[in-house]
Parts: sequence; structure tokens; C-alpha cells
Amino acid sequence: MSISVKNISKSYGKVQAVNDISFEVKEGEIFGLIGPDGAGKTTLFRILTTLLLADSGTAEVDGKDMVADYIDIRNHVGYMPGRFSLYQDLSVEENLEFFATIFGTTIEENYDLIKDIYVQIEPFKKRRAGALSGGMKQKLALSCALIHKPKVLFLDEPTTGVDPVSRKEFWEMLKRLQQKGITILVSTPYMDEAALCDRIALMQDGLILEVDTPENISKRFPTKLYNVSTDNTYKLIQDLKSYDSMHSVFPFGEWVHYADENKKFRPIDLQDYLEDKEHTNINIEITEPTIEDTFMELSDY
Amino acid sequence: MNNNKSISVQNLTKKFGNFTAVNAISFEVEKGEIFGFLGANGAGKTTAMKMLIGISKPTSGEAKVAGFDVYKDTEKIKKNIGYMSQKFALYDDLTVRENARFYGGIYGLSKKQIKKKTNEFITELGIADIADNLVGSLPLGWKQKLAFSVSLIHEPKVVFLDEPTGGVDPITRRQFWEMIYKQADNGTTIFVTTHYMDEAEYCDRVSIMVEGKIEALDTPENLRKQYGVDSMNAVFLKLARG
Amino acid sequence: MKRFIGFIKKEFYHIFRDKRSLFILFGMPIAQILLFGFAVTNEINNVKVAIYDKANDVESLKLIQNISASQYFEIDKMIYDSSEIESIFKQGQVKAVLVFESDFAQKLTKENIANIQIITDATEPNTATTIINYIGAILQKYQAGLNKTIQMPYQIKAETRMLYNPELKSVFMFVPGVMTIILMLVSAMMTSISITREKEIGTMEILLVSPLKPSQVILGKVFPYIFLSIINAVVILLLGFFIFGMPMQGGFLLLGLESILFIVSALALGILISTISETQQTAMMISLMGLLLPVILLSGFIFPIASMPKALQIFSNIIPATWYIIILKGIMLKGVGIAILWKETLILFGMTLFFIVLSIKKYKIRLE
Repeated sequence: MSISVKNISKSYGKVQAVNDISFEVKEGEIFGLIGPDGAGKTTLFRILTTLLLADSGTAEVDGKDMVADYIDIRNHVGYMPGRFSLYQDLSVEENLEFFATIFGTTIEENYDLIKDIYVQIEPFKKRRAGALSGGMKQKLALSCALIHKPKVLFLDEPTTGVDPVSRKEFWEMLKRLQQKGITILVSTPYMDEAALCDRIALMQDGLILEVDTPENISKRFPTKLYNVSTDNTYKLIQDLKSYDSMHSVFPFGEWVHYADENKKFRPIDLQDYLEDKEHTNINIEITEPTIEDTFMELSDY
Repeated sequence: MNNNKSISVQNLTKKFGNFTAVNAISFEVEKGEIFGFLGANGAGKTTAMKMLIGISKPTSGEAKVAGFDVYKDTEKIKKNIGYMSQKFALYDDLTVRENARFYGGIYGLSKKQIKKKTNEFITELGIADIADNLVGSLPLGWKQKLAFSVSLIHEPKVVFLDEPTGGVDPITRRQFWEMIYKQADNGTTIFVTTHYMDEAEYCDRVSIMVEGKIEALDTPENLRKQYGVDSMNAVFLKLARG
Repeated sequence: MKRFIGFIKKEFYHIFRDKRSLFILFGMPIAQILLFGFAVTNEINNVKVAIYDKANDVESLKLIQNISASQYFEIDKMIYDSSEIESIFKQGQVKAVLVFESDFAQKLTKENIANIQIITDATEPNTATTIINYIGAILQKYQAGLNKTIQMPYQIKAETRMLYNPELKSVFMFVPGVMTIILMLVSAMMTSISITREKEIGTMEILLVSPLKPSQVILGKVFPYIFLSIINAVVILLLGFFIFGMPMQGGFLLLGLESILFIVSALALGILISTISETQQTAMMISLMGLLLPVILLSGFIFPIASMPKALQIFSNIIPATWYIIILKGIMLKGVGIAILWKETLILFGMTLFFIVLSIKKYKIRLE
């Protein structure tokens, strides 16, 4: 196991940021922590990178204890905090050089590992980091986190605030790093990125709701799920909510996702009901649940 | 000009020196429509929005918001629009009611009106028990729903939302969109700027800006069909990668 | 060692790329020393006085002449009615009014006693006191002149000599004071700001998760400022020396060593501040309120410690700047050496050690 977490808890005053969390990450895996802001992802990252002490519980990173061997861990992990923590007043090259020096290495020595990523920002190497676009900052921050060939990479919300193109490229880079044998623990608030991980943990309010592969998590959805649409979405939501055997109703893009309590549910009955409510242009079709649907199902609301 | 157009923009352009941030964009938004204004960071969305809310003067072109001209009637525009963003929301060190009173006061509402509107949204959100708590002590999801309610306190004709649901949990996000649908159903025009493509799927129509120009404008469904892909994210990737 | 040098290189990039910190580092010392040297002064010059001479005789006229002849005073106007006195003060130009009683000369020669009333505008108490002292001195001198001819039976004559600063130049007081302030500001405030900045932008997290030892991070942060503080101290001394004629009676070596001791104590304070503040703004506030104000108000730089209430006198003892100022004045003005200053040096040394130990203890290897 590359990372193993057992019963970790951490609270700030009254707020329970991380609540009795356990999970394991295999070597060479891309493991995603999926959850909204405030789910406890960052706190968990800081505990695992030895920046914070947990109130209780134990954890090992690369076989080393997070408290006793913290110096060892610090030497062998790469960490990219939530904000792109770069020196804004230093150029791209100076940033990279600085991080290489403090890890006791040089850019040349580990150029192989960062080459794919760095070539994309190399044309701007004289530019100050503060003047880079979000996507370029992200690439520089990743290069800096990789410069000492870490065995485990911790990426805290690396794609937040970054445009879709950069996000896509970023995930492609992670896949390539994975092939080089690096274990990656990554957090994200975007459910669509969850599908790109080997396994994911759904987190909310300091708790892990579920750990599994993305496919299995989607399959956890308990009933059939329907896409419903009519000409008036707002009225549709209200009317679906007052349908007798309603299980859940959530707007989902231009559709409304509807799940029914009743095993014998027939879309035609719902169609009639909506027609009675004077909806026009009614569409009801069965659909595959997504990770987000399961997440909402598992959330305790 | 047609009365059903809440926003109408023709060849709107903004230049900073030699750099053209917004390059002759044109579009119209109907009353009660939810219009998604998409683009990567630096594509010019923010600059365009600043012109529409009357805080930045266009270099050339024409635009009317809620029937008012963006050159001459900026003060009237400001009175008739609401604005909410993730960054600029409510004051953490004021209570929910105090925030409402402050924003209501800015728009010149009477004490009575403010009280009435505040009680309305407090009842609607079912938050009577926390209405006198400091906003800072509330969860993020609540703050965003409250910020939206407060931005509606003066019954604006058009509401500008800047990346309204980034980072919130999926359920709160749905609740937030329900609020938006309701408001649009009441005839308020909703203008959403965002670079989260899944947020775009909720809009009636979306425009996508690339390097200062509007490269696509249609319903999400039509755009997906047009580009032969299954999500707005994929549409955007195709457009941005050229 | 390579890591350390890399770190220091980065610090210098930060300093030289930030116009604000460059100004604080180099603009401020020069501006302050010039301001204090030229503008802020306790001396008085050409103060406007009014005269209400009820006597208008030989002696009163002679006295008035003596006053107007001095460089300190300028006779603004003569007044002829006591009702004018108040309105003159209200206008604010005239800072003092001298009232000679009628038959001044006669009383002086016949009765051996004559009265002059000095009325001053005490809205500025310091100026008022100085005016009274100066006028008193002129009167005494005049009286002494008279007494030469008339032999008085008993007489105690006070002869004063102002040692070490015979001209009572206030700049002699300000140069050591400003030097103390600048060193405090550069060392403590700039270090604490530069450390908290790393916390704010999040790079502190990466530094902590790197193989750098906490002591290396601290030393790397502190080293550039030691260097810059020394440059500053030299600049201030040169300015004081060449522009204001500040004397340098004692040894440069001792001055340098004592200054480094003080710089180190200020740096330790800066680190201490950075451990308790999360943002640059807090660090700045704490530095200004917690360090700069006490240094200005309580270290004896502007207000003499001896005239403070007992509680503040005790408090002033725990400010390192108090001792550094005593040492500075001792070396620069009196030319004394370590034989005399060992006690102050020892106290400063003890404080420095205490702050270093405390800041190392407080410095966290983790985030909280």
C-alpha cells in the first residue's frame, strides 16, 4: 500500500473537519477525493503531508508513519497545495530552479519526469509566475512538485479555477505520470473528473460516504433513473416533487433527474400526471445514473 | 427596440491600447431567459460583463440593458440590475438581516420594503432560526443561496451571476438552480458568466467566447448536436482547440 | 549549503523586485534622518513676542533691546493695554508677552526689586517652557551686568556647562534614535512580513514539506535582512556624521558589534511575530503597534525615561531599544567603551538570547 489511513479525525474547535476516516491507496494508483468545499479534503491532505497532526488515528505514506517518520515522508512526497503556491515575483525558470535547489537536486537531473509538462511553459520561462494564465500556473506548480521525483504526489484541487482545456490536459499529464509509477492522491470538487480516477472516495462534511471505482459507484444508485423535460422546467420540478411515489428530483443540466419509490413505476403514468398539470412537450426517458446522482443519493439530506 | 429583449448588444467592442479584449460581439437576451455567457479565463467575459453592468465604457458598438443605454444611462442600469459573484457576496461579520438591510438601503428601499422582502426570502429558504446569525458562521452553500436572495432584494429586471455555483455540493447546487429557475419563471432575466461547462448545461441558451469573439451561440442541445458531442465541456474543447 | 544559498538568492529576488520594500529599506532611513534632523527640533528661533511696557524707562528699554537682539526672539509688536494680551494669543502668531510694571527702573534701583511678568501660550507646553527658560537666561545675564556695579552681599552664582552636547543640538539625540527605529523596522517588521507572506501565498506549506530544515528556512529568511540592516546602519551613521556633524567619540568596532547584537534581537522578535500572525497585515500591525510605538515613546528616544511614571519606567526596561540607545549615546557622544557599557550590553545580550530561544521554540514544523 502506498497510502493507508486508519481512523483519522481532526477538529477545529467545534467543527469536525475530518471524522474517523479510513482508506487505502495502492501503489501506482490515481485515487480521487471527491467532495464539495468544506468536505475536509484539504485538512486530510495536510495531515497526510505531515503539515497537521491528527487528533486521533494513524496513517502511513510509502510505508512510513506520518508522525514518527515525518521527515522521511517530507523527502519523498510531492505536494501541490490548493492555491498554486508559486512565487509570483519570480520567473518560471527561477521558481523551478528554487524548488529544485531546496530539494537538493537540479532541473537537468530530473528533466525526464517534467519534460512533457515543462516544454509547454518553457517558451515563457523568463516570464514572472504572477503573469501566467491559470493553466500555465498549474503546469508550473506541477513541475515544481515533481522536480525531486517523489514517489507519492498529493494534489489538492489542482483543477479548480482552471479552464476546461487546461483541465483536460492536466488529467492527461496525470495519466502519464501514473505510467511512470507515481502514486497520485488528487482531490476535486468536480464530479466529472471523478470518472478519470482509478478509485474514488466520496467525501462530505468530514465523512467518507463511499470508496470504490467510479463505475461501481455509479451502479450504487438504488433505482432506475429517468430524464424528464417539459417546456417549463421550474413548474416541472415543483410538480414532480409533489408526485406521490417520488424518490428524488434534481435538475440536471437541461433535464430533471427523477427517481421513483415504486418498483412498478411506469413512465406513462407520470406522463399522464404531467399532462394533467398542463405541461407541454413532455419527454421521459430512462438514463444511466452518474457519480453525482449517487453522491446526492448518499448525502444525508 | 422590442420590449421583450432584456439585453441587446450590437458590435460591442472594448480595446485596451492595442489589445482588443472584446471584439464586436452581438447578441440578444429575452426577458425571463437564462443566458449562459461562457469562455475561458482571459477570453473577455469579465470585460464584456463590466460594460453591460455599467462600470466600464465600451470603445465602440451599442448595448442596452433593461432598456437603458450603456453609454448614457449607467446609473439607471445599476438600479435595475442585481449582481452576485462567488467573490463578492455578503459581509461575513454582519447577520443575514443586517446584510439585507444594508443592500436594501443601497438601492434606496424603505425600511418597510426591506423588512417585507427579507421576511419573504427567510420564509422561502426556511431559515428563520439563523436569520440573526452572522453570515460568516453559515455553511458555504447557505451563503450562496442567501447572496442570491439578497441580490434580488430590489426586484431587478436582470441579474448577473458570476460563477455562482463553483465549489458547492451537488445538492445545494440543485437548490440554487431551482431558485434561478423560479426567478426566471417570474420574468427576471438571468445572465450567468462562468467557465464551468457543467453550469452551462442548465442555461436556456449559451454563448461561448474565444479570444474576444463570440464563437458559438445557441441552446446547449443544439450546440451539442452541431459539434456532434455529448456535453458542453466537449463543445468547449472543440471550440477552444480550434 | 547549496540549498541555503539558493534560498538566500530567492530572498534577494523578492526584495529587489518589490518597490515597496525597497522604499522601506532605503528611502525611509534617509527620509527619517533628514526629517528628524531638520524639521523636528526642540530649539527655538525667532519666536515672536509682544511687549507691554507700562514703565517705558531706561531699564525696561535696555532689557527690551537685549531680548530683541538675541537670535531666539523677535519683537512682534508693542501693546498698550492689558486687554490686548488675550486677543494677541488668540491670533496665534505671538507666543509670549512680556509685561513690565510701571516705574520699572525706579523700583529696580530704589527698592532693589522690580517685576516682569512673562505670559506664554501653553498650547505647546514644550515651546512655552523653552521660551521661559531662554527669557530667564537673558534676564539673569542682564541682572549680572547690573550687579557688577552694585556689590551684593551674598550671592550664589550657578555656572552651567552642557557636557557632550554643549549646543544642545537635538540631532545628537535623533541620530541614535532614528538608527534604533530603522534597525527595528527593517529587521523585525520586514522579516515578519516576509515570513508571513510565504504563509499567505501558500509556499510555506511547500517549504515545510520539503527537506529544508526549519532552522534553514529561518536563517535563509533572516540572513538578507542582517546584511541590509548593517548597510542601513552605515548609511545613517554617514548621514549623521557628514550632514549633521554628529560626533563619533568611541570605537567603531564596538559600535558595530553592539549594532549587530541589537539587529539579531530585532530579527528574533520578527520571527516571533511571524509565528503568531497568519497574514502580512497582522504582522505589520503587530510590528508597528508592538515594536515601533514603544521604541518611539518609551525607549527614551524622544521622552526622557526619568520623567515617566514609575510603571512606564519599569516597562521601558524590557524594551531592547532602551538599552541600545543608551549604548549608542555612550559610544557616540561620550566615547566610553565596553568597560562602562558592559552592563547594558549584557542585558541586551540576555534579551537577544531569550528571544532567539523563544522564537525557535515557537517556530512550528507544522502548520498550526
